[in-house]
Amino acid sequence: MDLFEYQGKQYFKRYGIPVSDGGIAATVEEAVDQAAIVGYPVVLKAQVRVGGRGKAGGVKLASNQDEVVRNASSILGMDIKGHKVHRLWIEHATDIKKEYYASVTLNRSEKCNMIMLSAKGGIDIEQVAHDDQNAVIKLNVNPLEGLSLDQARQTAEEAMLDAQAIEQTALFLCSLYRCYTEGDCDLVEVNPLVLTTDDKVHALDAKVTLDDSAAFRHEEWAEFDQDEDSDPREIAARQKGLNYVGLAGNVGIIANGAGLAMSTLDVVSQAGGEPANFLDIGGGANADTMAAALEVINSDPNVKVIFVNIFGGITRCDEVAKGIVEALSRVRLNSPIVLRLDGTNAQIGRDILEDHLSENFITVPTMLGAADKVVELTKEAM
Amino acid sequence: MAIFVDENTKVVVQGLTGSQGRFHGLRNRAYGTKVVAGVTPHKGGQDVEGIPVFDTMDDAVAQTGATASFVSVPPSAAPEAILAAAAAGVKFIVCITEGIPAHDELIVYNTLKSNWPECRLIGPNCPGIISPGRCNIGITSGDIALAGGPAGIVSRSGTLTYQALNELSTKGIGQTTCVGIGGDPIPGTSFIDCLAAFEADTETKAVLLIGEIGGNEEEKAAQYIAEVMTKPVVAYIAGVTAPPGKKMGHAGAIVSGTAGTAQAKMASLSSAGVKVATNPSQAGDIMAEIVSAF
Repeated sequence: MDLFEYQGKQYFKRYGIPVSDGGIAATVEEAVDQAAIVGYPVVLKAQVRVGGRGKAGGVKLASNQDEVVRNASSILGMDIKGHKVHRLWIEHATDIKKEYYASVTLNRSEKCNMIMLSAKGGIDIEQVAHDDQNAVIKLNVNPLEGLSLDQARQTAEEAMLDAQAIEQTALFLCSLYRCYTEGDCDLVEVNPLVLTTDDKVHALDAKVTLDDSAAFRHEEWAEFDQDEDSDPREIAARQKGLNYVGLAGNVGIIANGAGLAMSTLDVVSQAGGEPANFLDIGGGANADTMAAALEVINSDPNVKVIFVNIFGGITRCDEVAKGIVEALSRVRLNSPIVLRLDGTNAQIGRDILEDHLSENFITVPTMLGAADKVVELTKEAM
Repeated sequence: MAIFVDENTKVVVQGLTGSQGRFHGLRNRAYGTKVVAGVTPHKGGQDVEGIPVFDTMDDAVAQTGATASFVSVPPSAAPEAILAAAAAGVKFIVCITEGIPAHDELIVYNTLKSNWPECRLIGPNCPGIISPGRCNIGITSGDIALAGGPAGIVSRSGTLTYQALNELSTKGIGQTTCVGIGGDPIPGTSFIDCLAAFEADTETKAVLLIGEIGGNEEEKAAQYIAEVMTKPVVAYIAGVTAPPGKKMGHAGAIVSGTAGTAQAKMASLSSAGVKVATNPSQAGDIMAEIVSAF
């Protein structure tokens, strides 16, 4: 789960990472109030879960109330790369001497954590990293040993940060690393990390991606759930515990396992069809999951045909079959179903379904054959 | 021969008294796997259809001489279970658990590497391993596999592993071993580990590799194949039509920019001399051609 900047900053504060105090505003009036609380000059920042908002005009300074009104009006409701701005984060403007870059993420290749630090932070960091490989210092951290203050200090020195920033940045990196590990983050990124005119090191931004798998030990994450940016189909699916991604086509797809689901998308596309979604019912799905998946797909008005592609392993085909039967009794399906069922308990599953088969519910033994049938039915339905 | 597991492998199921552990543990035994024990804390002394249950891995290994473990416990308990198996002297562990936090996987991986470098972990979040006719550890339905070789399979995806087995078996192509290494960011065993084992296995004549979008494991495998492998390799990469930047369920399957896309992976495998299929059935067809030439 990606956090908004203001949520990321709240998360940083838990770990003692220096951030500016500020407030959130969903309306121009609230923006005026928040600006008065934090004190002028203020900076108004669009809250979107996507990079590049500064270049898109989503970050503006204001030194008085008129400017807050003007800038808040222009940023609220703005569309930044397909993300609508619903909220502003307003904080007291920081006097910046230097902009650095710092992040911690997983180095999958080396099976360790990795710190990245650069003296050349700011909105062009990707270009900087691309043009000069030495501009970003990378430090692999053994997760069993963690990050020592000495290592952090050495990294700050190697990155050629200003002398007065070295010690503070070393402490900053240690706190950031603790936030990343103890806070179960996939990524923490601070761009820019600034040195202020009074020589304080400070996080001016916060990009935090939480590891969804760790949610079971972080009750505090519940407050971060905000669905407003998402496709309504994705919200409905998430509420039912399904792994769904909306797409633009008209073939509804249900499969078990992310790999098979992706492969089903590929095969349908190759057969000349256009997938309406990616839906993985996950491992060990039961009848309820299957019924819920069919309901989600059925609620998508674009869907003309539903392709259910199941290869049972931990998922048992008899459970899948029961789910389909249950869904058929629970909801009136708007589209025909093409089913391919194989693997664990496949024969039991096929037996359960036998009496329910019709011209609107057919089974095809192979994945490619099923994809061809799906495309044929889609064309008939158009 | 087979790689990693065979008819002599003796398996403990950690979590045998749970519903998944029981179902799949018993299926593994019914397939012919030597399932010698189960472990569930505080349930020692019980049995599951004749399989004795112990409180600890130490007890299970001491009493039964188990050589492998099948971890089927929830994500919060799995890291400890894996390390307990390694500490008890087991050299081969399969963990099917989905949803283990990435930081825990990192700790497990590095602890195994540092304390028990001889121990191999398959997974987590994987279907397991099957050497058809000899041993099946995990959640793969044994009836879709065909014994006798000559193909080896290594796959990063769960269900696509079954699809791959099915494609080969229906064409009459047997498998020496099929390893599902799992799609999580920190797999215990990599493509390269499996490719090296297949290269060394005299019975395996060709390898089918199933990858998916995200990460760079397929690219690393391509480099290894170009430099080391003498046996033919066929590959299929899932996710050609996946929209960029969308998370597709596996933490590992994230495409960002061009790195990790299916197209990039297919290109690097192709240039390593791998025959790259555009769907699982085609992968089976290509393998059939290769096998018919032996």
